Amino acid sequence: MMTPGMVLGAAFGYLLLLFTIAWYGDRRAAQGRSVIDNATLYALSWGVYCTAWTYFGSVGRAASGGMWFLPIYLGPMLAMLLAWMVVRKMVRIARTYRITSIADFIASRYGKSPLLAALVTLITVVGIVPYIALQLKAVSAGYQVLTGPSAAPVTAWWKDGTLYVALALAAFAVAFGTRHLDLAERHEGMVAAIAFESAVKLVAFIAVGAFVTWGLFDGMDDIWARTEAIPELRTLLRLDQSAASFDYAQWFALTILSMLSVLLLPRQFQVMVVECVNERHIRRAAWLFPLYLLLINIFVLPIAFGGLLHFGPGQENPETFILSLPLASGAHWLALFAYIGGFSAVTGMLIVETVAVSTMVCNDFVMPSLLRLGRFGSREGGDLTRLLLNIRRTAILAVLMLGYFYFRVAGEAYALVSIGLISFAAVAQFAPALLGGMYWRGGTRAGAYGGLIGGFAVWAYTLMLPSVAKSGWIPAGFIDDGPFGLTLLAPERLFGLAQLDYLTHSLFWSLLANVSLYVGLSLARSPSAREASQALLFVDVFRRGGTEPVFWRGRARLDDLRALAGRFLGPVRAQALFDEHAREVGVPVPDLVADARLVDRVERQIAGAVGTASARVMIESVAQEEPLSIDDVLEILDEASQLRGYARALEEATGELRAANEQLKSLDHLKDDFMSSVTHELRTPLTSIRALSELMLDDPEMEAAQRQEFLGIIVSESERLSRLVNQVLDLAKIESGHAEWHNADVDLRALVTDAVRATSELFREGDVSVALDLPEAVPLLRADPDRLTQVMLNLLSNAAKFVPRAGGRVAVTLRDEGESLAVSVRDNGPGVPLAEQATVFEKFRQGGDALTRPPGTGLGLPISRQIVDHFGGTMWLESEPGKGACFAFRLPLRPDGKAGGNDNGHESADR
Amino acid sequence: MGTKVLIADDEPNIVVSLSFMMKREGYEVLIARDGSEALAMIRAEKPRLVLLDAMMPGMTGFDVCEAVRADPEVRETRILMLTAKGRESDVARGLGAGADAYITKPFSTRDLAARVRDMLA
Amino acid sequence: MRGERRPRPQVLVALCAAGLALLNFPLLAIWDQPATVFGLPLLPVALFTIWAGLILALALVSEGDAAERGAPGDGTDAPDGQEDDRP
Repeated sequence: MMTPGMVLGAAFGYLLLLFTIAWYGDRRAAQGRSVIDNATLYALSWGVYCTAWTYFGSVGRAASGGMWFLPIYLGPMLAMLLAWMVVRKMVRIARTYRITSIADFIASRYGKSPLLAALVTLITVVGIVPYIALQLKAVSAGYQVLTGPSAAPVTAWWKDGTLYVALALAAFAVAFGTRHLDLAERHEGMVAAIAFESAVKLVAFIAVGAFVTWGLFDGMDDIWARTEAIPELRTLLRLDQSAASFDYAQWFALTILSMLSVLLLPRQFQVMVVECVNERHIRRAAWLFPLYLLLINIFVLPIAFGGLLHFGPGQENPETFILSLPLASGAHWLALFAYIGGFSAVTGMLIVETVAVSTMVCNDFVMPSLLRLGRFGSREGGDLTRLLLNIRRTAILAVLMLGYFYFRVAGEAYALVSIGLISFAAVAQFAPALLGGMYWRGGTRAGAYGGLIGGFAVWAYTLMLPSVAKSGWIPAGFIDDGPFGLTLLAPERLFGLAQLDYLTHSLFWSLLANVSLYVGLSLARSPSAREASQALLFVDVFRRGGTEPVFWRGRARLDDLRALAGRFLGPVRAQALFDEHAREVGVPVPDLVADARLVDRVERQIAGAVGTASARVMIESVAQEEPLSIDDVLEILDEASQLRGYARALEEATGELRAANEQLKSLDHLKDDFMSSVTHELRTPLTSIRALSELMLDDPEMEAAQRQEFLGIIVSESERLSRLVNQVLDLAKIESGHAEWHNADVDLRALVTDAVRATSELFREGDVSVALDLPEAVPLLRADPDRLTQVMLNLLSNAAKFVPRAGGRVAVTLRDEGESLAVSVRDNGPGVPLAEQATVFEKFRQGGDALTRPPGTGLGLPISRQIVDHFGGTMWLESEPGKGACFAFRLPLRPDGKAGGNDNGHESADR
Repeated sequence: MGTKVLIADDEPNIVVSLSFMMKREGYEVLIARDGSEALAMIRAEKPRLVLLDAMMPGMTGFDVCEAVRADPEVRETRILMLTAKGRESDVARGLGAGADAYITKPFSTRDLAARVRDMLA
Repeated sequence: MRGERRPRPQVLVALCAAGLALLNFPLLAIWDQPATVFGLPLLPVALFTIWAGLILALALVSEGDAAERGAPGDGTDAPDGQEDDRP
């Protein structure tokens, strides 16, 4: 056993550490360097789902029911599979409309109804207080396990340590949950502390699990082997325990229940939606969080069975095995660490839950009442931010004290797990109104009222009331016999439905009533204009760009709006709000017009502080509003979608312009390259011509032979220059489509033969043999014979340039391929290196190396290819380096459309 | 024996004119027809000045220039870069590679001769 | 920001349906055997394995290759680049 001082000291030391972390997180947030802008910390903060109920209750449940502890964690797994859609949509809606609690969310969706917000708050408080009591009970029970049964049981409440824990936690929640009035209700320091707590409880639980599994036993298989030896334990890990067959309905109900709870519990809404820094983090958190749940559950069974084996069944309370096992084995420090782990599970839950509930109580209970009392009439009164904070602080304290009171009165009546499930079933009642409202435009306020009231009533009657009765506060007889002896109305067997266990039974009837009323009433009456407009804003939150419709018509005075904002936001924030709006509109603040957009903006900011419903009331109090009809809503929507249409058209036009500009830029680049190459090719012969001419000019005495050599060079370089100019012009004409084509029926066989004959002199000089391989006859094709001759001469002269000095061979073939004719010119020269094959048809890419390269402009092949292309054909190169090159082209006999050209008789381009 | 000047250019006719000029100025002329030959000759013959064409197949004038500046043996060789491309970016690149001067083709023979005299002075 | 379309909603809904089926009647009964795996009882091993499998699948479709971003067929997503539409 440990001394109370030690345990209390550790607990308060731990709280101090939390304070430090939260303080640091807040300070960093104030500096704009968020510590929690991180998907992993975000996921850890979701771990607030695991409370004392997980930490102590799961082991208890596993020790008595085997696998039954698991569905509560499988449900969240399934919910997380949809988080990227559902949670992200909730975050987006909450962000856009400054929604800070689940009550606000539902009320805002159904036309900013204050009554609906109050109803949701009421259900939350009633449902959550037992859950808070459960946490306090865990702290107290754990404490007793660690310090041993105290000699004199604590009777006086002021001597009860649990009370002081509750007070300390209230102090924490006040300090970091209501330090200042944040317009988005975000508390970075608190979230940082919560993420830390999640890590602590996970590590502590795993540490004890590992200690039990490998310290006390010899691995998981050892625990199981020993368990199997005990007949009353061996069936625990089967679905069909003892005689009763497995209750699949309850298993399914628990899965669905926890699936909804993980989205709808106030603390989950707080950490997932309200505290979300960046909605992209949801993507990763959605799988990290179930992973967290899996890890924290791995050792549940080993600890449960280890405890049962160690102490013997029925000897110790399984819910505190995690403490009693290390303690019984002398591992006191581990027991203390385990206690801190459980303590962190408790504190995390209590802090976030009370902050979330206090926001709801303040915004949806207290403020509307104060507004109704007229204490804050439209135009008088000063800054209200301090009052708001104080209301919240009081609410936090009140909720915790309510929980403590419940714990003192009813805490001993129930096992932890049962209390938790009652709370789960209560918040599950929000599902139809909230999820339906996010995806179904047709849901109305009447439907939401009906569903919530009906579901809550059935929940209270079938679940809450029997639990109260079982605690002995009211006679329990009606549970079995029904009220006034009407067995048909027996709360756990409504209408004689006795096949379901009490939880599934309650969940079934309450959700059935809830959904039926929600859908039925929604369909029965058409929504008001405000409900319809809010429905559109919620359901289509992802569809809108910057041009959201503002569903407001009326007149307001700028001064009134400024005064109102000043009172709820504080003068500094109010000024910033108007300055920003003025900057966006482009006029100075005093000249601002209180139009729909400004009114909407002010309303949203105030909503962040006091909730949407109260904000609506406040705006109504300072503006003369015109009631909106459904037609008005449609009209406004129409305007907005027109605007959106313009915006989209503009965006498309911009996109096209951008693309065109890119294209021009790249063409410009190409042209630049081309010009640069042409310049180079023109300047090179000019250099020789100018240099040699100047040398001769400077030296009249130059030897005749020298002078003769120079003049020869000048002439040949001049020829090269004019050839180049002609080819550049030729290419430019073909490329720009200005070339003239004189088409005729061409006999390609005759054309090839003529071209070979024309170059025979060239080949004879180089002692090159030319082999012709031509068919007897080929069909005529329609083309410009002069241009084709140009192509042939180019290919033949290229071949002549590259064949070896001695033993050069050139083979010319013509093939009739049915649809087309193919010509190839093969030489036995050095071939074209692989690296150059791809670029050989580009301009100014001359083959061969500079030393031996025969004169050429580097434009012959590009021009030839352009010509062949023009007639719908293709030109290509086949070459293996070292084994010669084969240039070939293929022309279709019936070019499809584009080829050919004008059959006029004008002079063709010079060449 | 006169000062050694290397002419590196892949255009034979330009080499003819340059070598005539350099000989007339009284230098001893060496000739290289591409970049790698030029580099090899610079290392072997250690000419005082190189007339280096920027655009040669294989190893370009820029590459040669960088290689010379990186080689402590021949780092002091004076380099006059010749180019037929007149773009600003080419001039910048040549000077960036470490050339001492830069002349565009076609050039004035008098200017070139004067430039070479200056650089060898 | 484009690229917010992954993971695709259809895939997520399919995974959720698969999870719901795998973790409930009647598929759950398959594992209800007196057998052991590496000395551990079959049922919890199977449940934890399915669970881990679902997490792995979710992680894969969530963190999957960025090149696939912007996949079509998403009814709930922003049609344009408007990501941060806070007023």
